[in-house]
Amino acid sequence: MSIDQFNYTRIPADAELLRAEVREFLSQTLADFPAVRRADSWMGFDAEFSCKLGARGWVGMALPKQYGGADASAFARYVVIEELLAAGAPVSAHWFADRQSGPQILHYGTQAQRDFHLPAICRGERYFCIGMSEPGSGSDLASIKSRARREGDKWVLNGQKVWTTNAHRAHYMIALVRTSDSDNRHGGMSQFIIDLTLPGITVRPIKDLTGSEHFNEVFFDNVELSDDDLIGSEGQGWQQVTAELAFERSGPERFLSSMALLNTLIEMIGEQPDRLQAREIGRLTARLFTLRNMSLAVTRQLQEGKNPAWAASCVKDLGSVFEQEIPEIAQLLTETLPTSSGGSDHARVLAYLMQQAPSFSLRGGTREILRGIIARGLGLR
Amino acid sequence: MRDVFESALEKLFTDHVSAEAVLNAERDGWQPQLWAAIEESGFALASAPEELGGAGASWDDLFGVLQLCGRFSLPLPLPEALLGNWLLGQCGLEAIAAPLSVAPRADLVWEGGRVSGTLQQVPWGRHVEQVVAVVAGPEPTVVVLATAACSDKILSTNTAGEARDDLVFEQATPLASQSLAAGLAADVLWQGGALLRSVQMAGALQEVMRVAAEYVNERVQFGKPIAKFQAVQHQLAVLAEHVAATRVAAEAACVESTAGLALLPLMAAKICASEAAGIGASSGHGVHGAIGFTHEYSLHLLTRRLWSWRSEFGSLTYWSDQLGQAVCGAGVKLYWPTITSGALPQ
Repeated sequence: MSIDQFNYTRIPADAELLRAEVREFLSQTLADFPAVRRADSWMGFDAEFSCKLGARGWVGMALPKQYGGADASAFARYVVIEELLAAGAPVSAHWFADRQSGPQILHYGTQAQRDFHLPAICRGERYFCIGMSEPGSGSDLASIKSRARREGDKWVLNGQKVWTTNAHRAHYMIALVRTSDSDNRHGGMSQFIIDLTLPGITVRPIKDLTGSEHFNEVFFDNVELSDDDLIGSEGQGWQQVTAELAFERSGPERFLSSMALLNTLIEMIGEQPDRLQAREIGRLTARLFTLRNMSLAVTRQLQEGKNPAWAASCVKDLGSVFEQEIPEIAQLLTETLPTSSGGSDHARVLAYLMQQAPSFSLRGGTREILRGIIARGLGLR
Repeated sequence: MRDVFESALEKLFTDHVSAEAVLNAERDGWQPQLWAAIEESGFALASAPEELGGAGASWDDLFGVLQLCGRFSLPLPLPEALLGNWLLGQCGLEAIAAPLSVAPRADLVWEGGRVSGTLQQVPWGRHVEQVVAVVAGPEPTVVVLATAACSDKILSTNTAGEARDDLVFEQATPLASQSLAAGLAADVLWQGGALLRSVQMAGALQEVMRVAAEYVNERVQFGKPIAKFQAVQHQLAVLAEHVAATRVAAEAACVESTAGLALLPLMAAKICASEAAGIGASSGHGVHGAIGFTHEYSLHLLTRRLWSWRSEFGSLTYWSDQLGQAVCGAGVKLYWPTITSGALPQ
């Protein structure tokens, strides 16, 4: 666990070539897209938009060509997703499939699972959600209780997931569940690809504090699954989930969530900032620039097939602090009353992101969990 | 190149730059034998082109060297000599093997082939033989001045006992002079100094991190190493994040400074390092308790430098202000493209 993992990494020229094309596409497709919807960042759901991206080859692009991907490098994908996020494009529908379910199915899935899911993911048509947390198991993920029992040649699943983003709109969930008893705290768990239309599944949206519906509770009541739904190895669920988290914690979505607000703030300040405004915008810019370089250093490790879980935790924690600080600094720099309706674009984006900000250090692992992982890497635990 | 330089210099520093040597330097000033060892190694000239007496090393090559200067609290102006010789090389002037520093700021004027004015806060000013400075104006000029020729010295030291002296010149004849190379700003030494200090701070912060992690695993309270307490773990985790940020930011500034200095990466590096310096000193001392506050324990060699270096060659506020003016002035449409291009808007 060395700081040397953070090697400065320039995006290779061939990946960089994509940028102009993506920007051109976004400037046309999102010409009239309102600022407050851009503030939704990667929580904005628009299936039509995802299909358009799929048609361009920008969903699942790192997957092999035989499945509809482009065999693109992690850097090419990075260029595409950072442009999407910086523009506030509504990418939520395909986001989880593109980021982690697709790579996971490629890596651990059977040939049949690959053939069935990956082409649909690449078309931007098939949406996944990630079933991890449960009512009694948030940060302590290894304490999950949902259980699939073997009955003949079937698995029968009972239990409940919670805080599952997009479960109400996704087609499939990749869920971590218990499949056997184990003395090892991290043993006895497996992952299933669950068709959310199966009998016995109930999805109930949970309104967040703004009244928006992003996450859900999902109930499993004697849901029948088969061996074909198991992904990876039985009993290896914990290891698979841990590997997945490196993808989940290092991307640009971990520091660009408040980008819409940074944009309206700079617009509001105008071209002649006062000393305080210049100082704070400059400081934020330096941090944004550096977080991106940290994230690219982790991307290089992913591209090289390493598991940079430790470095990814550093990016996510520092990135969340940055995202959460932007609404606070915006409040400091201009006299703007945050508004839920009416008011300027800036006032609405400020109101929205100020209220969303607490979620930034919850989703994908809390601040405390990440700092614990970092501390373990430093040899302190 | 970077690894070769780094391992050679690490050996030299391990042999010669102990905590005791640093303390001696703080008390007695210049360490002639240590400088002689560095001069002999050739490192001070490395940044100059081969045809002008150097090794043609880039800032990328020198990243590890500068980090080592920070990690070991090197009590000599090796970073400054590298910057001085780099600038001389850029302007076609011969590298200088003598003890050499740079003028962060200068208000020099030409008067018939001679220069007058003050070089401000020259690192190691009273000790070095020569100083590289830039005379601003419509045609900025690089000059080399002999410190022996200065008419007055206003001495000061930073919190680490490192000399930072104002040198006053009256009608001094430069040892060498040349027009500033195209593409370099009149405050190139101020910018370059910010690059040096960023990388030095990255090196020093990694050492603070290492020493702190080692200490909390050894120190036992309430029957267990204090590393086992979550409050201690989380302090050091946050510190590690900032150290990582500082390192990659400093490396980016070095790697991207190929032709001239890469201003946006350099600003980001100095801003992040200056912020991390405060956090590093606070957490480093925080987990050490009273022992870390003693003169006997060597943590202060690092933290007293961090407290000064963050303010030298432009503080967090200075560079944040510059960067904020630049990006706001260019307008929001250019904001994100500036981040991805890594270059300030024109």
